[in-house]
Order: sequence, then C-alpha cells, then structure tokens
Amino acid sequence: MDAPAMDVGADPFPARMAVLVARIDPGASLANLRRLSGGASQETWAFDAVGPAGTRRLILRRAAPGAVPHPMAAGFTVEAAAIRAAAAQGVPCPHVRHELEPADGLGEGFVTDHVEGETLARRIQRDEAFAATRETMVASFGAILARIHRVPVAVLPPMRRSGVAAALEAIRESLDADPTPRPVFELALGWAARHAPPEPERLALVHGDFRLGNVITGPEGVRAVLDWELAHLGDPAEDLAWISLPPWRFGRIERPVAGLGSRADMFEAYARTGGAPVDAARVHWWEVMGSLRWGLFCAEMLARFRGDDPSVERGMIVRRISESEIDLLAAIEGGVDAG
Amino acid sequence: MLDDPRPEELLAAVARLLREEIGPQLTDAAAFHARVAANALDLVRRQIADEAAIDAAENARLAALLGTSGTTAGLNRLLAARLRAGAGEAEMPGLMDHLWETTLAKIAVDQPRYASIAPALAIRAARRRERKNA
Repeated sequence: MDAPAMDVGADPFPARMAVLVARIDPGASLANLRRLSGGASQETWAFDAVGPAGTRRLILRRAAPGAVPHPMAAGFTVEAAAIRAAAAQGVPCPHVRHELEPADGLGEGFVTDHVEGETLARRIQRDEAFAATRETMVASFGAILARIHRVPVAVLPPMRRSGVAAALEAIRESLDADPTPRPVFELALGWAARHAPPEPERLALVHGDFRLGNVITGPEGVRAVLDWELAHLGDPAEDLAWISLPPWRFGRIERPVAGLGSRADMFEAYARTGGAPVDAARVHWWEVMGSLRWGLFCAEMLARFRGDDPSVERGMIVRRISESEIDLLAAIEGGVDAG
Repeated sequence: MLDDPRPEELLAAVARLLREEIGPQLTDAAAFHARVAANALDLVRRQIADEAAIDAAENARLAALLGTSGTTAGLNRLLAARLRAGAGEAEMPGLMDHLWETTLAKIAVDQPRYASIAPALAIRAARRRERKNA
C-alpha cells in the first residue's frame, strides 16, 4: 500500500521508514538507515532525514516485531510522555519528534533527535576530555534527579506504580521463579523485608535505570538522559540508590556515585534543586534492593542464553550473579555508612 | 593417554590470541566481544581447575551448618528454605561465615578482579571479629 514497487515478501521496513521520514520532515528523504542494537523486545535504529535545509540525524526505538514486552517495561507511550514531562522540568533529554501511529506500519515506538556524545562509562571516568565534567557530574546527577522527581504526576499517563511493598513483592516473585536456590539472595530479601522503610509520602516519577551508560555526556556535562524503559511511579530514593550500585562504579569502587564522587555531594545538589531531604538509610535500603534486582536480572539471562540469544556476552552476564552476592553481603554487613 | 598440552594450557593460549592479537585488529564492538570471549575462556579455565574443590568445601560447610548431608544443590535448597522461613545467624551459627566463603569462592572463578572484593573483605573481617567477641 505504501510501497507498491516492493517485491512480495520483501522486508517492508525500509520503505515504511522512507514514508515516515517524508511525513515527519516534509521534503526530506531517508538515508543511512542502520541498526544500532536489538534485543528480543526492542530495536534501536539510527537514520538521517536529508532535506534541502540540511541533514537531521534521528533515532527510532521500536518494539521488535512479535515481541512480548517485559512486565516491568513502561511501554513506548509512557516512555515518550515521561521524556516530555522531564524535559519540561529542565532535564536534558532527546527531543521526541514523532510517536509511531498504526498508519506508520512500524509497530510501537518513537523517533527522537540523535544526541552526539559519549555513553561509555569508562571513557567518562578516565578520558582527559571529560576531566572538567567529572568535577561537576555528581552534582548534575543530583539536580537531574530532583527535576525528574518533581514532574507533576497529573501530566503523566497511567503507569506502573511500585513503592516499597510492591518492590519487595517483585523481588520475591523473581526469586521464586528462579530454579536455582540462592541463599545469599534469600538472606538479603529477608533483611530487606525486616528493614523496609515506610512507603514514601508520595510516589514520584522515577527513571528506574539512571546510571552511567544511560546518559549522553559531552565535555560540558550531561547532554541527555536515555533509556526510560523502566520509568514508573515510585520512591525517589530508588533512583538515588541505583546510581551508586557497585557495578555502576565501573571499577572505581571507592567513589560511590557512578565511580565519580560521593553520595553527600549528590544529595546536597538534590536538595539544592528542590528535592526533598534525603534519608541515607532509605537510600541504603534501595541499594540492597537494587543489588537484588540486578542479581536476579543476571540470573534471568540464563533462559535467554539457552534460548533466543546464545551469545558469549549473554552467557557471561549470568556469571555476574556472584558480583551482586558479594555486594549484598557487604551492604548488609557494612550498613549504611559502608562503601 | 592423550598428549599435552593440557586443556587449560590451550584455553590460555586461545584467550591470549583473542586478547593480544585478534582484539587489537578489530573495531569497537567486535573488539569488545573478543575481550568478553577471552574473559569467558579464563573463567572456564578457573572453573575446570577449582570446581571440584569448591563444591566439596561448600558441601562440607552446608552439612555442618544444616546438620544433614546431601548433594550441594539439595543442601542449598534446604538452606534457602530456612533463610526464607526467617532463620539467621542466631539459629544457624556460622551462617554468615558460610555465605561469605561460598560467595568468595564463586567470585574467584567468575570475576576475580571485581573491584568490590577488597572493601567487602574488610567489612567481613570487622563483622567476624565482632561475632567472635560477642
């Protein structure tokens, strides 16, 4: 219909992308369509819209055809709404240019502007080009999180709600679904259940995967916060904890926040930007919950490795379960002041 | 009798080939995958060398902790169930020592350069002293 010249049975994707480009950028044509990454549930494509006024670099994220979305995934509509709402609060985000519609014939997803910059954590931590950025980055993280958490919930579409009790239930469920007995995870979940803080006063927009690797950085600082797939309404302390998980320090273990700086500096910037005062014990509790979530995520990758993705990388993620186990023992035995 | 080199020697040679000769000739993503593959071979080498001893030691600790014998998987299932039912160090003296030993043995095979190990060891030593003095 939209590509009458195509052979029967040929992949309609490129032709439909060409139609999409003409529609969202009148007078422009599609070029350089290439896949950046793809998993069982999502695909990311980069492409250019080449028009008389110049070339616009764009990114498409869409559901993989036929994929069953992950139960924790926000869904593309919610993701796009969260990005727009966060951007309205001053959070650096990729500009959402188009949300896919049924007439596009491309499934669910959305198109954003491409943002140039670095995402690799080790380069941000170690390269000379980012030396100045590193000095201010931890404070930027605090300010960005305060802005995300102050998004008025009323502007957001219905989305997953998960506070303290729901997070404990989710961990219980995935631990029960794991055929391998995991004593350290049982110990940690028991600790978390006994030490659970009260539910937060209000559920806020929580990014859900805020860490190095999911931010685009330039020499002047953070340019865009990406990967809103796990966005939900939850406890703001969850985001403040996740970025300090030991695996997201990428070897710089002595600097809790992203291997770059101290929690105190991030908490101070958070409060200075209007975030509620941070309860360090609550954040510590969410770090334990975060290590459990990451450890169980690694455990779940065994089925993927034996199923749709038998890559070495996938298999080796499963062998990172012991990282979460040692982090949990250290967090529980070390308490709120340790590491 | 099969000839040398031993499997672990060949694994080490392939890991070195990937890391030192092939990897540097590749572009970003492919070089990353070559590094992951070399790491996987090193893991396999450590597991071949240490798995039997790790399993035997873990099995003996579990049997002492739980007061019963069985396969390591079966004993771990029993320990997980007791922890789920709320048992802790008070009900199972030696629990934390066992979990630390088990985790350290696992990570020595999986990711021996994981940066958390050194600070975790310091925390463990401090808690262990307190438990001894208690």
